[in-house]
Amino acid sequence: MNFIENFNVDRFLYSLQYMWQGMLGIFLVIAILIGSVVLMNKIFSGKKRKKNTEE
Amino acid sequence: MENLKFLVDGIMALLENGGWKYLVMWLIGGLLIFLAIKKEMEPTLLLPLGFGTILVNIPFSGAIGAEGPLTTLFGAGIANELFPLILFIGIGAMIDFGPVLANPKLMIFGAAAQFGIFFTFCLASLFFDLPDAASIGIIGAADGPTAIVVAQKLGSKYLPAIMVAAYSYMALVPIIQPPVIKLLTTKKERMIRMPYEGKNISKTTRILFPIIITVIAGLVAPASVALVGFLMFGNLIRECGVLDSLSETAQKVLANLVTIFLGITIASQMEASKFLVPETLLILGLGLFAFIFDTAGGVLFAKFLNLFLKKKMNPMIGAAGISAFPMSGRVVHKMGLKEDPQNFLLMHSIGVNVSGQIASVIAGGLILAIAGSFAGFMG
Repeated sequence: MNFIENFNVDRFLYSLQYMWQGMLGIFLVIAILIGSVVLMNKIFSGKKRKKNTEE
Repeated sequence: MENLKFLVDGIMALLENGGWKYLVMWLIGGLLIFLAIKKEMEPTLLLPLGFGTILVNIPFSGAIGAEGPLTTLFGAGIANELFPLILFIGIGAMIDFGPVLANPKLMIFGAAAQFGIFFTFCLASLFFDLPDAASIGIIGAADGPTAIVVAQKLGSKYLPAIMVAAYSYMALVPIIQPPVIKLLTTKKERMIRMPYEGKNISKTTRILFPIIITVIAGLVAPASVALVGFLMFGNLIRECGVLDSLSETAQKVLANLVTIFLGITIASQMEASKFLVPETLLILGLGLFAFIFDTAGGVLFAKFLNLFLKKKMNPMIGAAGISAFPMSGRVVHKMGLKEDPQNFLLMHSIGVNVSGQIASVIAGGLILAIAGSFAGFMG
């Protein structure tokens, strides 16, 4: 069975760095996206309220 | 009589040494068709995949090979990742990001629920080379096009098993997720109510959102531009308000057309010699792990956040961050109603579910980005 012959603990230990890097990367990107959406909601819903007040 | 020998060549091949593998693949194809029709499990993919499996496992099949149409289609649309990317246009046009835009903090659960991808990648690396391990880990993205694009780009030879795992487990989300959620939460936690306060999202925000996501994700992980870009292009067609007929075409005709080609073309890789290997079972097992740990990642992250929040969140919504849309969102909503018939979690869970779609695509891009350093491992 090839996958048993291919068993490699060193490779597993090497791959662990990708686990925290990958999760950190996703959280960072999502955090930036959250910030962008919050900003957009503030800017564009704020404009609507101002427009309504002026009317 | 010699001239008529071809009439029995096929039957003789079944009776020869190794001929039983064809029959096993016919059974697998039949099983996929059964699951698609009788159990209604992802029929848009499993039915073409099942029938294609039978097609390519008829001895001396003319559907594959140098002049075979399925092999030609594979080269035209899968080997270059074109079919899944075009399908993403249709998927993007179908998605309403309103619930996410109304409560953007929910996107964080979409991120947490991608934990299964990286955890499974590490686990798979015990048995497989890093590119294959990463391709297996991406089953946890719970997203067919992302899984195909990543596995193809990484040159994985296990694409058929990865596809069967990804699509089968997506359809099995209502069975996989509830036990995991129940194991990790108490009844009291499952009964936490989360009232929904609707918010009007401006059209400008809806239009800018897909553009900004594409730019941000692309700057961070350029390898994800195709994945994220095509998904968001579809969404932009939907939200711009001036391309209604294109949006409808993308959602229906385009998505259906590409899905037909995608399913039957992936089946061109379902030859017995490629699929009936011991690694297939291991991949199916690891794929299940990916879904389980996606669910666990989302739920546990929600419980962690609750330690710091005065107004507690229902931790079940973390499980909806898996990209299986809309099944995962509905599963969480139903579990909430079961515990408390007045607890309506749907808008929150669907918001998290939609954000999981975004996060899974970004995860795919990150996997492709980090794959560049796989050569650093010598051993």
